Amino acid sequence: MDANAAKLIGAGLATISLAGVGVGIGQIFGSYISGSLRNPAAAPKVFGNVLLGFALTEAVALYALVIAMLLLFVF
Amino acid sequence: MAEGANPLEQFAIHRIVTIHIGGIDASITNSAVAMVVAIVLVTLFLTLGMRRHALVPGRWQSLAEMSYEFVANMVRENSGHDGMRYFPFIFTLFMFILFCNLLGLIPYNFTPTSHIIVTFVMAMVVFIGVTVIGFARNGVGFLRLFAPSGVPVFLLPLIVVIEFISYLTRPISLSIRLFANMMAGHTMLKVFAGFVVSLGILAGWAPLAFVVALFGLELLIAFLQAYVFAILACIYLNDALNLHAH
Repeated sequence: MDANAAKLIGAGLATISLAGVGVGIGQIFGSYISGSLRNPAAAPKVFGNVLLGFALTEAVALYALVIAMLLLFVF
Repeated sequence: MAEGANPLEQFAIHRIVTIHIGGIDASITNSAVAMVVAIVLVTLFLTLGMRRHALVPGRWQSLAEMSYEFVANMVRENSGHDGMRYFPFIFTLFMFILFCNLLGLIPYNFTPTSHIIVTFVMAMVVFIGVTVIGFARNGVGFLRLFAPSGVPVFLLPLIVVIEFISYLTRPISLSIRLFANMMAGHTMLKVFAGFVVSLGILAGWAPLAFVVALFGLELLIAFLQAYVFAILACIYLNDALNLHAH
């Protein structure tokens, strides 16, 4: 196979990891909503943690982006 | 690809004033200018905001007080009262990253935090600082950080290695998180802005609406990443100060 084609396929495969990140972000906000419906009084207290969890999960997606970028532009 | 249409072109660093000191390229670049502007704006924002020392704060003063309160609470909650000694550092870090991120969102402005070397230096300062503080306060006992209490003895060789590696990857994950968020956000904005131009006046409205929504998300991300960077610095500091105490 042409090395360039393999590079493109590899960068495409790197985006599969977005599936896990999608599940993760959905899990975070889903749990937050169901938890805050059960106990609305506690909801504002954990919102900071929700955003922190969201940012940490989103960063995992960006590691995949970095790998895709490395494959495309560095090698 | 046509000139100006490349989504990565916005991250190019240009020399503005070329300075060479003994073979070291110390030129003033657009990145350096953007960082200086951020620092000057933070200084003006805080000093001019607090100039009048009013008991009942005006809008500007309460904004300055709110940012102080916000970071002070974060440090107090995450690294305890001992951590308040390091509050000035965390506050500087937070305000610098926040202003760099926000100024970068102004069209045609440069975002210094979208370069890994800038974020990596900040992450390394946090990492080395936390390690030095940890050893200075706990002595060799700081190594207990790598062996959490309550772990079965036969698992210890494995856990210590894992903990040690995760400790060493902290500066890498801290810097990549900020840099990748900024770079990905700006690239995405540019890509969708490119769609607006290429689809023209008939169909260009859909991506335009998307760019507006994306811009709102980017404002949130700009704040959130500064928050995450500062809060992780607090959590690492807590490890050094209290050694898994809570």
